[in-house]
Amino acid sequence: MRRGLLWLGAVLVLAALEPNLRGLIGAYNYQILVLVGVNIILAVSLNLINGFTGQFSIGHAGFYAVGAYTSAALVFYAGPSVRVLTASLPTVAQDAVLLLMGLLGAALVAGLAGLAVGIPSLRLRGDYLAIVTLGFGEIIRVLILNIDAIGGARGFAGIPQLSNFFWVYLFVLITIATVHNLVSSSYGRAFVSIRDDEIAAEAMGVDTTRFKVMSFVISSMFAGIAGGLFGHFTMYLHPNSFTFVASFYVIIMIVIGGLGSIEGAVLGAVVFTVGLEVFRGFGAFRLINFSVLLVLIMIYRPQGLLGSWTLIKRRKQAGAM
Amino acid sequence: MGILEIRDCTIRFGGLTAVKNLTMSLERGALYGLIGPNGAGKTTVFNLLTGVYHPNEGSIELDGKSIGRLRPSRIAQLGMSRTFQNIRLFKSMTVLENVKLARHLTRTQGVFDAIARTRRLREEEVKIEQDAMELLGIFKLDGRADELALNLPYGSQRRLEIARALATNPRVLLLDEPAAGMNTQESLELMRLIRSIRDRFGLTVLLVEHNMKVVMGVCERIQVIDYGETIALGSPKEIQDDPKVIEAYLGGA
Ligand SMILES: Nc1ncnc2c1ncn2[C@@H]1O[C@H](COP(=O)(O)OP(=O)(O)OP(=O)(O)O)[C@@H](O)[C@H]1O
Ligand SMILES: [Mg+2]
Repeated sequence: MRRGLLWLGAVLVLAALEPNLRGLIGAYNYQILVLVGVNIILAVSLNLINGFTGQFSIGHAGFYAVGAYTSAALVFYAGPSVRVLTASLPTVAQDAVLLLMGLLGAALVAGLAGLAVGIPSLRLRGDYLAIVTLGFGEIIRVLILNIDAIGGARGFAGIPQLSNFFWVYLFVLITIATVHNLVSSSYGRAFVSIRDDEIAAEAMGVDTTRFKVMSFVISSMFAGIAGGLFGHFTMYLHPNSFTFVASFYVIIMIVIGGLGSIEGAVLGAVVFTVGLEVFRGFGAFRLINFSVLLVLIMIYRPQGLLGSWTLIKRRKQAGAM
Repeated sequence: MGILEIRDCTIRFGGLTAVKNLTMSLERGALYGLIGPNGAGKTTVFNLLTGVYHPNEGSIELDGKSIGRLRPSRIAQLGMSRTFQNIRLFKSMTVLENVKLARHLTRTQGVFDAIARTRRLREEEVKIEQDAMELLGIFKLDGRADELALNLPYGSQRRLEIARALATNPRVLLLDEPAAGMNTQESLELMRLIRSIRDRFGLTVLLVEHNMKVVMGVCERIQVIDYGETIALGSPKEIQDDPKVIEAYLGGA
């Protein structure tokens, strides 16, 4: 009951902000804010597999791309007929239906891709996941380059604009709540046990392969949703936005904030996205700033800015919320 | 037939035969000792039983079910749990969380219960916490439930490992040198505790120990191995007087 009210309150606040925000902070800052939100979803979801489950995925951008293109294509091609079906609804509601349809498709296809990548590579020990996810990201990019129906090398233009501050931050909240609830349940304890000691986890009955795949698939689904939200905001997608460098950005975010901390991933996404904009004048050199920051963090705060510090104590929560 | 039956098991690591033609039979409810000098292959037997290694030859049956090829988590689900000689607690978890993790086998919550934090999940979490605290109470660790497991003193970490193994609801419990690092007084206390746990939970216990004195007082039946092979089997009294055992221990020490 209390939870329902909290969610209602959050939706109302976001909905009230949405129409006035652009005027209040300017179009440029509005755009950065939306981008920050998309990156929060990416960082918090990658943190589930890399931070909490202790596996090393470096292909998050691949799932992000799968989601972005799936949602864009779905809405672009099926959108007109859906609009006819929902013609009796007001435009806002039609947009919402379309966006949610796109995001659902994005989450499903990205999740299936996660399953296809995860099952073979997570059964093996060691760094297979890193290698396979890296390869997967590149394969997806090359695949997109060669599919004409979604723009190929020209890029996918004319994607309906459906997402905005409201939707992005609604999904930021959903992502955070999902990951938070998950890691404070039996499932979360299983994820963390795998990170801490895989042999002991197995001995306690944790089917480590199954839980790694589960964590990886959920993580991929949210990357897909982030992609959908991104494409329907920028209205244009290009395969070059989804190179391994994009995956690396998300890793930097969670390392800055602290692996295994939700608040850390959020902070990392904010610092990184804003930092990237502030240093835009440096051109390609701005990445050097982050390399320096990363090295400094590794030396002085290897646990990240927040480490395993958490705002909300996870343990005492059984009854609350 | 016993609850745990090992028949002619052999495992080799390269040129080294760590366990050779081992046969062992545990009656339901037994408190069985497996002893032998350093490097005799005791831990390797545990690793075979729990699926960390698979035997090159021979078979292992738990309650009539062949488990020699199963993965460790499956064997745990079938009701065999263990502690580790080189303590393997979950280092980022508290004492309580270590035990709660092991309760996950009995969970009924689905992943959507977890994500939506349904009533079912919240009630189950309360139950898990109660069960875990109760187990910690048995080992007098309930007062330190919220500390990081790694901050406990060595002896308490060993007791926590037993509590964690018990939390999986095993029928067979394997303890690898649970008294290591304890003095004689503490060891004897722990052995009494192990016996009372066996009675209370209706367990079958296989205990590895290389301190003969400790194991003599608590186990009803003892098997001695050396270089991976059985050299003696019998009651503590019989073992104590066996010249081969005396030689293995004196020669190996
Ligand atoms: N994975 C492995 N690879 C190679 N050799 C191994 C492996 N595991 C065990 N061994 C070898 O098998 C033999 C038996 O080792 P094990 O650890 O089972 O002895 P133990 O009886 O438990 O000894 P301790 O009393 O010191 O604990 C040793 O020679 C050990 O080096
Ligand atoms: Mg050993």
